[in-house]
Amino acid sequence: MKFIKQLANILSISFIAEVLEYLIPLPVAASIYGLILMLIGLMTKIIPLEKVEGAADFLVEILPILFIPPTVGIMTSVEALQQMLVPLCVISVVSTILIMVVTGRVSQGVIRRSKKQTSEGGQKA
Amino acid sequence: MKEMLTQSLFFGVVISLLCYQIGLWVKKKVKIAIANPLLIAVLIIVSFLLIFDIDYEIYSSGAKYISFFLTPATVSLAIPLYRKLELLKKYPKAIFGGIAAGVLTTMVSIFLMSLAFGLTHEQYVTLLPKSITTAIGMGVSEKMGGIVTITVVSISITGIFGNIAAETICRLFKIEEPIAKGLAIGTSAHAMGTAKAMEIGEIEGAMSSLSIVVAGIMTVLSVYVFAGFI
Repeated sequence: MKFIKQLANILSISFIAEVLEYLIPLPVAASIYGLILMLIGLMTKIIPLEKVEGAADFLVEILPILFIPPTVGIMTSVEALQQMLVPLCVISVVSTILIMVVTGRVSQGVIRRSKKQTSEGGQKA
Repeated sequence: MKEMLTQSLFFGVVISLLCYQIGLWVKKKVKIAIANPLLIAVLIIVSFLLIFDIDYEIYSSGAKYISFFLTPATVSLAIPLYRKLELLKKYPKAIFGGIAAGVLTTMVSIFLMSLAFGLTHEQYVTLLPKSITTAIGMGVSEKMGGIVTITVVSISITGIFGNIAAETICRLFKIEEPIAKGLAIGTSAHAMGTAKAMEIGEIEGAMSSLSIVVAGIMTVLSVYVFAGFI
């Protein structure tokens, strides 16, 4: 019964998210509204973690399976895929390298600078 | 037989679950990133449907019940993020600074390369969400008028490449701090990259899985600005 209640809570938030998607004239998918609502709910303790936890973990675990039907849909877009196969592969690979390097170097810079500051601060004290 | 399948409620669901299990089994046997259970499942299903000349619609009429859970499951991604909130509070500058820089790089690099390749608006917005988790990326692509299935393909290519290349790239570009490594891998290669980050270390794994959702939300916000450029 606990699992059903948790699932009901998650589905309720998904429904509120659908309402928001309908009301707010922005091209944002319901799932994004729901994700943000859930996060705010948890942070403000309006939604206690144990009221959603078990069912949420289950859903996150099966996520890859949920992607199967839309991915099989590639059968219906073979022509569109062929038209952009080369740019798709090049862009996917090159941008992944760039993003990894920039994210890593920027956050490493921030970490090392603050480490340096704290050790200098430590010496002064 | 085909007529029976058209009316079947369970054909699409059963073949999906069965092929995913085969995918999991293959992944266990050959421990390489390309042996991704999702991709293996999709390859088997597509081959099966083509060989027996079954339309996607017939498969999808049952399989759509699996995808029913996609929104609730995406909503549930808030739970793993909430559990890692302490980390976020501990290193806010490194996390937000690094991921924001990464998301900006995603947008600018895809914009410039799409321009160079002369892609159409439809093809461009199809690729914009390619570095974030499929759950969020599909919604972005759909809302912006992209080709959702091709977005899923580019997300998979990104994830597999990120998983394979992560250690080499971090070594070549001297990304040595565990926190920075995790953020870099999660922001560039979402969940499939995170699997590698978890192998590298605990901090790397935690940071990488945190990046999935943070980068996803930041990407949603920036796509609306960048989508208008082509």
